[in-house]
Amino acid sequence: MSSNIYDFSTLTGSIHAWLSGLMSTGWVTFTEMVLVGLAFLLMYALLGLFLVYAERKVCAFMQNRVGPNRVGPYGIIQTIADLIKLLMKELIPIRKSDPLLFNLAPFIVIICSFLALAALPYAKGLQAIDFNIGVFYVMAVSSLSVVGILIAGWSSNSKYSLIGAMRSGAQIVSYELSVGLSLLAIVVFAGTMQLSGIVESQADGWWIFKGHIPAVISFIIFLIASTAEINRGPFDLAEAESELTAGFHTEYSGIKFAFFFLAEYMNMFIVAALGATVFLGGWMPFHVGHWEGFNNIMDYIPSVVWFFSKTFFLIWVIMWFKWTFPRLRIDQLLTLEWKYLLPISLFNIVFIAFIVLMGWHF
Amino acid sequence: MSEEIIKDVIIGENEDYIINMGPQHPSTHGVLRFEVCLKGETVKYLIPHIGYIHRGIEKMCEANTYPQIIHLTDRMDYLSAHMNNEAVCLLVEDALQVEVPERVKYIRTILDELNRIASHQLWWCAFGMDLGALTSFFYGLRDREHILDIFEESFGSRLLHSFVMPGGLMHDVHPNFQKRIKEFITYFRKKLPEYDQLLTGNVIFQNRVKGIGHMSKETAIGYGVTGPSGRGSDYSCDIRKIAPYGAYDKVQFNEILETGCDTWARYKVRMAEMWESLSILEQLVDNIPEGDYTAKMKPIIKLPAGEYFQRVETARGELAVYAVSDGNKSPLRMRFRTPNFSNLFVMNEITAGHKIADLIAISGSLDLVIPDIDR
Amino acid sequence: MNSILEYFADIFKGISSLWAGMRITGKYFFSPGEIVTQQYPENRATLKMEDRFKGEVIMPHDENNLHACTGCGICEMNCPNGSIEIITDRVANAEGKMERVIDKHIYHLSMCTFCELCIKTCPSNALAWGQKFEHAVFDRSKLTKVLNQPGSKLRKEAK
Repeated sequence: MSSNIYDFSTLTGSIHAWLSGLMSTGWVTFTEMVLVGLAFLLMYALLGLFLVYAERKVCAFMQNRVGPNRVGPYGIIQTIADLIKLLMKELIPIRKSDPLLFNLAPFIVIICSFLALAALPYAKGLQAIDFNIGVFYVMAVSSLSVVGILIAGWSSNSKYSLIGAMRSGAQIVSYELSVGLSLLAIVVFAGTMQLSGIVESQADGWWIFKGHIPAVISFIIFLIASTAEINRGPFDLAEAESELTAGFHTEYSGIKFAFFFLAEYMNMFIVAALGATVFLGGWMPFHVGHWEGFNNIMDYIPSVVWFFSKTFFLIWVIMWFKWTFPRLRIDQLLTLEWKYLLPISLFNIVFIAFIVLMGWHF
Repeated sequence: MSEEIIKDVIIGENEDYIINMGPQHPSTHGVLRFEVCLKGETVKYLIPHIGYIHRGIEKMCEANTYPQIIHLTDRMDYLSAHMNNEAVCLLVEDALQVEVPERVKYIRTILDELNRIASHQLWWCAFGMDLGALTSFFYGLRDREHILDIFEESFGSRLLHSFVMPGGLMHDVHPNFQKRIKEFITYFRKKLPEYDQLLTGNVIFQNRVKGIGHMSKETAIGYGVTGPSGRGSDYSCDIRKIAPYGAYDKVQFNEILETGCDTWARYKVRMAEMWESLSILEQLVDNIPEGDYTAKMKPIIKLPAGEYFQRVETARGELAVYAVSDGNKSPLRMRFRTPNFSNLFVMNEITAGHKIADLIAISGSLDLVIPDIDR
Repeated sequence: MNSILEYFADIFKGISSLWAGMRITGKYFFSPGEIVTQQYPENRATLKMEDRFKGEVIMPHDENNLHACTGCGICEMNCPNGSIEIITDRVANAEGKMERVIDKHIYHLSMCTFCELCIKTCPSNALAWGQKFEHAVFDRSKLTKVLNQPGSKLRKEAK
């Protein structure tokens, strides 16, 4: 293992040592939790704002348009202006809605996306919690957001919302399987569910290159299924703008709508980050086998840059999907999952197990 | 709380799950309301409610002189404004036995076809958007902009150009007219294959439109579905072929017929009509004869007493105008048989048993323009 | 066996058709080509409307503040919406005969549907299209315009 990559654990360790000198162990833990929470809040807000802006610019370029260009240079302050607008808008109470659930739903959705952020490795040594079941944990919490969507649809007392929520339920429950199986493929390769362990195992090459064709197949399946899982086009049936006006968040206004909106973008970031970590090596620079010189040069690019560039590349691909394809119908969506993705990923995982058993992978 | 919701709101008296699509709904393209009865996601029946944008154009015609009626017809089917204008002009010319110059006929036909392409482009954009492919909307509008620029140069307005007068045209076309149309033809011939790559060939799109909204030939004739929607059901109803007007008898073109009877067939008819319109434009644009841009007309047009009837092919089907005159300068009664009105009411017949998403695709494939329905 | 082949052929055909669509959007992402969007308020200085653009009805006046309107009222008669009102006056001319002149040619822009009948039917070509299109105002009464300029007179043709 080369030592050129900066290890953030030295920084976090020195902060820990400094705090330990100031206060007792309990307070140190408390202060560190507050600091990490604040850091995540800041990152969440910044990423959300950036992703909304990026989406608008990307779709504008794909559609031969200019995109936001009025607020600030190249329109970079546009999303902040939108955020201020959303904050100032009235929160409209819906008659005969279920007020508790109606107000709770946006928080459930946004908390789920928050939870998943904790386990992702952003750089070497920069990870809030390194679960030994990291992949499983991220999958579990990110799929919890369907509960919030179902609650939102049910409590809004709107038929459009209800149909949207029910669609979303069917969709996420079935696509969860394919996401899980495609991630499991790499878990079989790496032999661990720990995200940091999976990243370390890619030090001599990313799994998408090391894992032969089965890894590529499971990467494609992961991209398709995770796009469906985060309710983005062409699988945005839950909000299906032309059919259900806005689906499950039809009745939400102001900052509550902004929560759904933000959570959608953060979920996109989470699946892209997970895909980048598992298939494309996470923060691990581009390494080829035993080319020590080449690997050392690659190590000079900081690991944070590697992680975020891979993540944003995947986000761009997901956006590319959305701005190219028409929306699927609900039965076609389920056909795609149960007749194509699931059998293929099942065969794929058996194949991978065979490869690993024979030791054919690099 | 929840029981109350179920009892009062979600389930109606006869336990039908009624959902109102419109008057403000993104996919009805205007103020049209569908009362849709659902079973799960499947449509049981559908009742269209119209009249939200009724302006009484037929009644207003009775108070206006014939030249004044022209600008009202713009506002019916605003996407084929020129064809609507031409229908009234042809009626007046026919009643007065006026022989319009050849130049006028050629220019009118060119404008018809340009307008048809512009209308089909907008239909393509909106159809893609209805199915969730938002990018198609911008590509279609980008190319439509070129046609609208030609219109703006010659007529001064982009959408509602009351350019045709009884007896001829308002004024002569702009000197650049022919050059710009030729530029547009070469431009659009390059862009049209992109439409096919982006949407027509797409497997998701094909699955969405194939085999849904089956409208048999009998149904199409029974409901009076005309235009590309009717021709998708193998119903030969092109007025340009049946009763040629303008310069349509001088050009070679095919009436596009599809036997699929479904949304996919209607889609293919419109895409093929764009190619066909381009070829008509190519035949006409170089052969515009010189001459007057209008026939000699009296300053006040009075139709002799009697009944008059004229029909033209708009971008959406057959527009028929029926006028009763008592010899005055305004008609006693004016009636428009607009294509969208007939096309709309077949919706219930062809959507029953399909999903909500199909309902959107079917209504998109009929290419409804709401002000044309309500008049 | 055939059905299995069909299954994989379907997948292959599907993916290739999706890739064809993605190529188009990807191509425009990297080389947008012609962008038809106009940067409107910024390009006001260079924005040139077509000569025939129907912005509003105007009455052209020459440098001596003379116009061609005789106040015959044909435009008022031909207007389908009643957007034109003509208020005429009778004044004695040099020879002592009473003559009709326009006092006010009132044009309600808010009611105009831009059908061009007034301009087309005017016997003395007194009206024309103006290219101004920024008509948004806060008060509707501002859309009622008097087309003849104050103090303007009828242009006398040399007999």
